[in-house]
Amino acid sequence: MEKKKIVLGVIGSDCHAVGNKILDYSLSDAGFDVVNIGVLSPQEDFINAAIETSAEAILVSSLYGHGEIDCRGMREKCEEAGLKDILLYVGGNIVVGKQDWNEVQQRFLDMGFDRVYPPGTSVETGIKDLKEDLYK
Amino acid sequence: MDAYLFIDFGSTFTKLTLVDIEKEEIIATEKSYTTVETDVTIGYENALKKLKEKVSVDYNIVKKLACSSAAGGLKIIAIGLVPELTAEAAKRAALGAGAKVIKTFSFKLNNSELEEIKNSNADMILLAGGTDGGNCDTIIHNATMIEKFNISIPVVIAGNKSSNDEVKEIFGEKIEYYVTENVMPNLNHINVDPARETIRSIFMKKIVHAKGMENVEESISGILMPTPASVLKAAEALSKGSRDEDGIGDLAIIDIGGATTDIHSIAEGAPSKPGVILRGLEEPHSKRTVEGDLGMRYSALSVFEAAGTRTMKKYLKYKDIDIEGEFKNRYTNTSYVADSEQDIDFDEAMAKVCADISMKRHAGVVETIYSPMGMMYSQEGKDLMELPYVLGTGGVIVNSLNPREILEASLFTMEDPTSLKPRRPKFLLDKEYILSAMGLLTTIDPNMAVRMLKKYIVEI
Repeated sequence: MEKKKIVLGVIGSDCHAVGNKILDYSLSDAGFDVVNIGVLSPQEDFINAAIETSAEAILVSSLYGHGEIDCRGMREKCEEAGLKDILLYVGGNIVVGKQDWNEVQQRFLDMGFDRVYPPGTSVETGIKDLKEDLYK
Repeated sequence: MDAYLFIDFGSTFTKLTLVDIEKEEIIATEKSYTTVETDVTIGYENALKKLKEKVSVDYNIVKKLACSSAAGGLKIIAIGLVPELTAEAAKRAALGAGAKVIKTFSFKLNNSELEEIKNSNADMILLAGGTDGGNCDTIIHNATMIEKFNISIPVVIAGNKSSNDEVKEIFGEKIEYYVTENVMPNLNHINVDPARETIRSIFMKKIVHAKGMENVEESISGILMPTPASVLKAAEALSKGSRDEDGIGDLAIIDIGGATTDIHSIAEGAPSKPGVILRGLEEPHSKRTVEGDLGMRYSALSVFEAAGTRTMKKYLKYKDIDIEGEFKNRYTNTSYVADSEQDIDFDEAMAKVCADISMKRHAGVVETIYSPMGMMYSQEGKDLMELPYVLGTGGVIVNSLNPREILEASLFTMEDPTSLKPRRPKFLLDKEYILSAMGLLTTIDPNMAVRMLKKYIVEI
């Protein structure tokens, strides 16, 4: 089976490099072709990488609490760039403070993300979902 | 005595270098104004005549090799997919091959862009797009458009390898094409060398014929490469050495010419301080940037535009002169040679402006980021802060009485704290003006080239 290509990175001014490496390792191990753009990545870098590599999913991580600001408008930018139907996942400490998870999740779903993960989600959950979404 | 003759058909001067093979010494150098308007042979013959008068001993020329940047040099159009990625990688590959990149295009081309390409005076097209296994649609679309518009310029295909077969089929017999490796096989990793070599070999085979150089070609062994490519080869040889000779390590070259200022850096450019995160496209180890608006004669007016009166005054000793008039004078009279003290001062101030701005554009930039983990730095481009050597070449530096002062203008200053310019390098000078000749020599005897470079490049 051909490896599915996915773009992985940490968005905005967030420089959590260790989690990024763990995700890269786990996802590659699970059989994905990972294009890791690393930390401190603006939305445009995710989108440009997806265009050049013809990736099928973009996985955004954010741990420093400003994910909501950093992710706003990403789906629209993907549409503008011609990335139709690309999968958008986001996970980590994506909002400030303690907020009701269901509300947070809904907010990101409304922003156009396909899957939203709360803090402490194990990478296996993401891998399972990816396989389901990409090979359906 | 056996000798090699190296010829550099420059845009302003044709320069000759005669080398004694056995002693590994320069016997003589000579130059004459390049006659592009009529026939480059005339400038060459003039220089050759002067050279013969200069040398009293008997010599037998074993090989004559040439490089050329006359008649605008090698002009390339670079095409890629995303502007910051494959389009930028294609542009860097072309620059490294010694070309002048006249335009860079990205994404799917439209009719008017194809008209522009068709009506341009480009010598070659470098067609890239997509990482290996990545996007195929765009490069195939662009190839289809090139075929549809009957472009008669040779095309170098350096895109997604998965699209190569289809692109070749589209071009068929109609378009002249050459296939080489992808300029960006993986995201953010660039692979410019194969494209550079392909471009150089096409230049040798085809482009020089189109520049009215057939007449000289008969009497020499061949025009091997564009002059900037030759300078870059010499820089690589001096920095990395050859199989049997050690190089001197990382360095940058500032080459101020009549039309452009080139900066070559042979260095990895990794962050020199801890806590710095690299961003953006990977940098080639041997990197060349060209500033088309910074030059001593043909680009004099644009230097004035880039610098303005204020920056010029910072470098001028004689400040009460008609600055704009001086620039105009140099632009209209490209063969002008400064002789009075005041005129030389003006030329040197211009050179300092060129060195200052071109190094700023070549070197990387560092940005401070305030994160929850404290202050971090993100670096884009090469960090040249700890670079050990800066080497000067080009007429205005080589012939200057104060070459060191000109080169010092390229250094880091607190006025521009985010720029990663060199801080305290040693300065070297291409005193005998031999870099382009030594680049040619690397193609026949790399060990000798490294030895001669180490002998003739002097510290100042």
